[in-house]
Amino acid sequence: MTTSTPRTWWKTGIGLVLTGLMLFPVYWMINVSFTRDQDMRASPPHLFPTNGTLDGYRAVLDQQLPYLGTSFLVGLGTVALTVALAAPAGYALAKLRPPGGPALSFMLLIAQMIPGIIMAMGFYAIYLTLGVLNTLPGLILADTTLAVPFAVLIFTAFMSGIPDELLQAAVVDGAGRLRTFWSVVLPVSRNSIVTVSLFAFLWSWSDFIFASTLAGGGDYQPITLGIYHYIGNNNQQWNAIMATAVVASIPAAVLLILAQRYVSMGVTAGAVKD
Amino acid sequence: MPSTTETSTVVRDQGGAATAAPPGPPPTRSRRPSRWWAWGFLAPVTIYLAAFYAYPLYRNVELSLREYTVRSFVQGGAPFAGLDNYRTVLTDPAFGPTLTHTLVFTAASLAFQFTIGMALALFFHQHFPLSRTLRALILVPWLLPLIVSASTWSWLLNSDSGLVNAALGVIGIDPVNWLTSPGWSLTSVIIANVWIGIPFNLVVLYSGLQAIPTEMYEASALDGATGWQRFWGITFPLLRPVSLITLLLGLIYTLKVFDIIWIMTKGGPTGSSATLATWSYRLGFGNLLPEFGPGAAIGNLLIVLALIAGLVYIRIERRQQLR
Repeated sequence: MTTSTPRTWWKTGIGLVLTGLMLFPVYWMINVSFTRDQDMRASPPHLFPTNGTLDGYRAVLDQQLPYLGTSFLVGLGTVALTVALAAPAGYALAKLRPPGGPALSFMLLIAQMIPGIIMAMGFYAIYLTLGVLNTLPGLILADTTLAVPFAVLIFTAFMSGIPDELLQAAVVDGAGRLRTFWSVVLPVSRNSIVTVSLFAFLWSWSDFIFASTLAGGGDYQPITLGIYHYIGNNNQQWNAIMATAVVASIPAAVLLILAQRYVSMGVTAGAVKD
Repeated sequence: MPSTTETSTVVRDQGGAATAAPPGPPPTRSRRPSRWWAWGFLAPVTIYLAAFYAYPLYRNVELSLREYTVRSFVQGGAPFAGLDNYRTVLTDPAFGPTLTHTLVFTAASLAFQFTIGMALALFFHQHFPLSRTLRALILVPWLLPLIVSASTWSWLLNSDSGLVNAALGVIGIDPVNWLTSPGWSLTSVIIANVWIGIPFNLVVLYSGLQAIPTEMYEASALDGATGWQRFWGITFPLLRPVSLITLLLGLIYTLKVFDIIWIMTKGGPTGSSATLATWSYRLGFGNLLPEFGPGAAIGNLLIVLALIAGLVYIRIERRQQLR
């Protein structure tokens, strides 16, 4: 490749400016989270937290830990249930191709187009009858609907790439279908399991609509509701609100740093997010 | 990089299956009966689809066809009301404006997300030092929980202490009541939604750009085409399929947007930023006395819109994979 170094570095400069502009609100969130109460309404606003305070984060530790714990549990539950449901389905659709398989894929595609508010209202009516409103399993079940169709899609795409010879070799060795799935297909699908788990966790962690409709009145409220109550209750303590927002963003940041390639894989392969 | 290889495997696989099927019917036929057992692997997800998609949907239709009160919602026995709920909603004076807001919100969001996403994709496609890292960083807004983005934008757009008004003040523009004046609330939520949607457009369009063979550009460079001519002559036409998919997915996604609007403005003031989704939520959960029937009716109207967009998407994507 012939590249003239000065010209490309000039482009890096523009790239930095554009990225900076796009990420400015994120910086602002962090800045406000360190701002003292008395500086909050300063005019003009302080661009840097020069007299920074950790009060906001202290408030998070004091008040938001239960919410964070709930979100974490719900996230883990969502991941487990999503993988357990979607991995076998992906294997069947990619490798076994049973009659009726395409119809099921089509239904999954349709399923992820249903607006969340409709699902929430239906779930609310059902949960009320069953008495599982404001319970952890109830919220976990509802949150999996955000990820399962996407997960099946990803697993199907990845598992189609597994060489048939590998599966036949397992059969020759005397492994049944279930054993082939468990000891051959799943281990070689590690990448797709990671991708699916990351997104399932992130989406359940970020969910607001199911949380507010199905868990809004109970003991198990996730962090999205923690922030929402904050906004509703005290309009003054924006450092605490933004500190909670920063903490709530940690999973997204970790995801991006540790698993960058899985993220872009997920975005383009699934391409459908709620 | 992994993104393109990923999409191409999917397409290749489907193409491969299509060509492999006709020549060899005997082995397929002999194997077919034994394939029903494969539904054992599909059974969990099938039951799941029926219980957690189909049934809530059915309940929602049922809600919209009956006249529910709080008591009958809990105890059952709501009288059948036919299409009354739909009539109530359609004749409500708020219906016209809300539908307009939904369409304006969707159209404006799509137009800006797509244009800015395309510009960024083109820019990042000229590989330069750090381009990969920066492109990954731009994904952040898309990955953040919506409540985080929405509350950050609420504070940025705050009338008295927000940074946006402070910045406008520097260049001599009077402060704008972004979230509290009926004239600006819809614009405000559109700004936040565009910001959230840009990364998605960037990533998908970028993967589309990578699929365009470089020889095309080399040939046009030999012909002496300018950058602008290259864009309209090569990039844009070749990117059309990907663009269409991006826009349709954006449409399906934008119609559903609820969190951002609800957290920033609750659809207000006086319904000036209400869309079908927030209206439906307000009727069902936003008031002390829930009106589940009309709320469900609006939800069902919304789903019809989303499904039309969805079916168009599936049709286009199928046609592209066959090519």
